[in-house]
Amino acid sequence: MSSRPFVACAAPARLADARWRPGLIAQPFHSEIFAPAHEASGAGLALALACDALAAAGGDDETRQVLWVQDRAAIRLGGRPFLHGLPPDLRHRLIHVAARTPADALFALEEGVRCRDLAGVIGEIAGNPRALDFTASRRLSLTAERHGVQLWLVRLDAAADLSSARMRWQVRAAPSAAPRWNPAAPGPATWHARLFRARAHLPGEWMLCDDDGTLRLQSDRTASDAPAATAPDPFGMARATVGRSLAARLPA
Amino acid sequence: MRLADARALCPDLAAVPADPAGDLALLERLALWAQRWGPWSAIDPPDGFLVDVTGAAHLFGGEERLLGEVVRAFAGRGLLARPALAPTAGAAWALAHHGPAQAILAPGDDPLRLLGDLPVAALRLDADVLAVLRRLGIKRIGQLAGLGGAGAGAGAEAAMRDALARRFHHHRTPAANPLLRLDQLLGKVPEPLLPVRARLVPLVQHRLCEPLRHRSQLDRVVAELAEAMVRALEARSEGARRLELMLWRLDGAVLERRVELAAATREAGHLARLLASRLEDVEAGFGIELVQLRASWSEPLALSQADLEAAAEQHGTALAACIDRLVMRLGRGAVTRPVPRASHIPERAQEWQPPLAPLAPSQAGLAFHARPLKLLDRPEPIAVLHAAPDGVPQRFGWRGAVRAVVRVEGPERIAPEWWREGGRARLRDYYRIEDEAGRRYWIYRRGIAGDGRGGPPDWFLHGLFA
Repeated sequence: MSSRPFVACAAPARLADARWRPGLIAQPFHSEIFAPAHEASGAGLALALACDALAAAGGDDETRQVLWVQDRAAIRLGGRPFLHGLPPDLRHRLIHVAARTPADALFALEEGVRCRDLAGVIGEIAGNPRALDFTASRRLSLTAERHGVQLWLVRLDAAADLSSARMRWQVRAAPSAAPRWNPAAPGPATWHARLFRARAHLPGEWMLCDDDGTLRLQSDRTASDAPAATAPDPFGMARATVGRSLAARLPA
Repeated sequence: MRLADARALCPDLAAVPADPAGDLALLERLALWAQRWGPWSAIDPPDGFLVDVTGAAHLFGGEERLLGEVVRAFAGRGLLARPALAPTAGAAWALAHHGPAQAILAPGDDPLRLLGDLPVAALRLDADVLAVLRRLGIKRIGQLAGLGGAGAGAGAEAAMRDALARRFHHHRTPAANPLLRLDQLLGKVPEPLLPVRARLVPLVQHRLCEPLRHRSQLDRVVAELAEAMVRALEARSEGARRLELMLWRLDGAVLERRVELAAATREAGHLARLLASRLEDVEAGFGIELVQLRASWSEPLALSQADLEAAAEQHGTALAACIDRLVMRLGRGAVTRPVPRASHIPERAQEWQPPLAPLAPSQAGLAFHARPLKLLDRPEPIAVLHAAPDGVPQRFGWRGAVRAVVRVEGPERIAPEWWREGGRARLRDYYRIEDEAGRRYWIYRRGIAGDGRGGPPDWFLHGLFA
């Protein structure tokens, strides 16, 4: 361990960073997201966090691939990713792995975080399989930190057992803000997220929403949009910026 | 005659099934083998090949002795051959198929004198062209060339040529144009031919003086073979895409293990690891005496400058190596990439292809359609408990729970693809809904009441929004 070629780990907790917020530079390399299986909130938040981390880290050349691993139970419960519903800058660079068993899924996750050419790894494992114990999660954490590839592991309908993930979220879907053009329609993706274990941050609860590809706090978004309108439409009919980069859309 | 009729006539008839692919493979092998007489050969399916022996006949003691050796060599292999030698490929073909045995047309001879008596079939023409010529009364090559007719002479030759040119002016392929074939036979126009060429695959092997019976030794041998293979590939500036490992056992059995790679590679450690993962079910029996590794599919892979910063090289694996390992353990169909497909039906609008395969060009999707993040493999039926007057469910049951719909957008009507599906296919009306807890789903109604394509419409849940 003394001759590690590349050591990457989360920044130590500082007072300023004590509260988590979207857009932080130093993101942990292994996060767990607990979500109900009958909704896509887990995968949605994982993707939003991934986009957030990639945008915050900068230098993401948009050619590196993203690996999405699902085990069979997760596919049966929540379906497979749908190309036309993915964030636009992930559509052309997603590699999907359909593993039969949780053990295979863990193998694929470990191979993924070991690969230097991947931008990130998203995993979906249903329940609390025996293969995913503390040892397995510690293996994933150490490998991810050693190779500097970020991993977001979505646990569907799982109890929060022992794990070495650096950040652990509990998420569920939340009622969305009404879109500007059709208040009767569902709005942008909104989640109620609870961070219940983190190394560098205080635990807390947030209402997060996906504002046109950018992860925002619900309170920030409504405050910033209040002068203009009640809420913008979710699917970018009145979008001003056309750039593909997520960072370009961050408010100055 | 049918086989049954033939058997009725001759009960002890031996019947062997035809094997055209095998015949062609044999012909290719023979054409390669025949390069002992000349440096260049081309196959001429179904039953011939051409060898260019220009300037090589003296090595065998003259042209007659060369042909004699050809006949003897084929007889030694149990084959009957009719060799012929001529300045052009067309003339040689005509002599071999329709000429006298072991005919030789020397460069100085007048080709029409020797070939003029051969039938027009010796010109390698299509059957319908031969029928036309037969109806015209042209049976010999000489007649075609305007020789031997009533008014022999330069005038008759030119007249015949003009007539043929008018008759066949719209036939461009040589097999349909006798004039073109005649000129090829006489060497007046060139005739390109496709040569066969032996392709040596990189091959390394270890013959073991002590038979291997243990896995650890086999792993070491395989690792050494992988290194030797990498050197062999490096010498050719190629990388392996498919490797075949053959293990010869003492009792005569041959085991084969095959590994395919996502991208051409020349990394000995990676190859050895992939091969080792396929060796778990090898039964050594009394021992393995010969191990052979063959790269049956390789692609050009340029030598690259090693990274001066050694850290970057040792850190992690490359994407292709990662995909190889995943495919090796999970199977080929498990690692895929979604790509768009031209269809409005949501489950047909994407397909899955190997991750490193090139992307086909596709039209950009329409941005105003809201599509769910995840799509169920098969739409799940939902039980509508209470519907609004316009037919949209207010409460529905799905997976054992009742959900109340709070917000709806729709319908987005997607018609069936009439060019692909039958006339009974029903249209779909998709709705985006959000329930009281904020869960967002994509549901659809299949068909509309009174469309005459089945009973009352059913409702399905198809996708999950983030």
